[in-house]
Amino acid sequence: MDTLILAAEGPVNPVIPHTSEIILGLVAFLLLLFVIKKFVSPRFEALYEERTAKIEGGIEKAEQAQAEAQRALEQYKEQLAEARAEAARIRDDARAEGLQIVEELREQAQAESARIVAQGQHQLDAQRAQIVAELRADLGRTAVELASKVVGESLEDDSRRRGTVDRFLNELDAVAAPASK
Amino acid sequence: MTKLLASGGEFVAPGVKDFFLPPIFGSVTKPMVLLVLSIVIIAVFFIAATRNLKVVPGKFQFAAESVYDFGRNNIAREQIGAKDFKPFVPLILTIFTFILVNNLFGLIPIIQFPTMSHIGFPLAVSLLVVYPVYHFVGFKRHGFVGYLKHQTIPPGAPWFVLPLLIPIEFFQKFILNPLTLAIRVFAAMFAGHLLLLVFTLAGEFLLLNGGLTVIVAPVSFAFAIALTFLEALIMCLQAYIFALLSASYIGMALAEEH
Repeated sequence: MDTLILAAEGPVNPVIPHTSEIILGLVAFLLLLFVIKKFVSPRFEALYEERTAKIEGGIEKAEQAQAEAQRALEQYKEQLAEARAEAARIRDDARAEGLQIVEELREQAQAESARIVAQGQHQLDAQRAQIVAELRADLGRTAVELASKVVGESLEDDSRRRGTVDRFLNELDAVAAPASK
Repeated sequence: MTKLLASGGEFVAPGVKDFFLPPIFGSVTKPMVLLVLSIVIIAVFFIAATRNLKVVPGKFQFAAESVYDFGRNNIAREQIGAKDFKPFVPLILTIFTFILVNNLFGLIPIIQFPTMSHIGFPLAVSLLVVYPVYHFVGFKRHGFVGYLKHQTIPPGAPWFVLPLLIPIEFFQKFILNPLTLAIRVFAAMFAGHLLLLVFTLAGEFLLLNGGLTVIVAPVSFAFAIALTFLEALIMCLQAYIFALLSASYIGMALAEEH
């Protein structure tokens, strides 16, 4: 059938392309390609990028917020721990300081008391010495008077009298000395 | 059929002549007008859809985006690979929509003529666009000798089959591919349209010229309608295959290894 038609009319064979159709087809196709390449594709691609950016941006924003919250929490925890440590340190310091103060006060008090005791002792010693000296003179005289009255014997001789009194007093000292020590 | 024909006048079966109607004016024929109409439709559709794109699409934008996505992700990215596909998206999308709309013209009432049943149109796309493009990018990527080797020597082939394999591969890649690409869609459209014509015209003939044959006429029309659905599927499928194979050729030309 094809050959028959081909024989009768050349251009009617459907397998033989028409030059005009090829040219028109090419021109039309290229025109459409130009339009799509120039106007359609870039717009769609821009849209896709925008969409991707928006979605990724949203995700990123959420992640950022989460990270920030995490950071804040960590910071807060750190501060809390720091504050606790600080408080503990202060407490320890205070305790140590208190102990030190108590110790110091005790030492001071002890020193003071020792000083007071020493002073008292000193005073007592001085007074005792004074009293002893006074008494020695008094007692000597009184004893001599008493002895002269009792014995009736005049002890005119000064040197003998002093010798006797001194001896007596020395004996008295020897008796009193162990008691005062 | 011959028995039925005997009852009425002579039934003239539709043939090649029905594809070559007289020009509308001058030397402008129906498919030429349809072809121009198709690119106007596609361009207007996409430009209108992309004029005011929103991140959250409306219905119209969603439809346009679906078509674009199909060409971009399902065909171009799948076949060419995520690394190189971007520059070829407009080409693949244009091929797909161009073939699809021109095919679908075969179903639209009054128009009812698949432009691609004239071999000149698919041939223009396959031989003058797809063929140069994929060889050009192939030569550019691998160098002249490298690309010839890359295309004609399949990796892993034993040396003794190479004398046989190289001519076959060369013949296929450099001569056959663009032709089969065009012939595939042309033949499908041609045959489909012819089938529809046969059943529709036969139905009409049975209805008008027959006596008793009138009762058979609805069967013929029913077949025509069923075939219309089949044709709708084939039209979409052929557009998809054309775009898919074009992308596949580009992908193979660019591939590092097969």
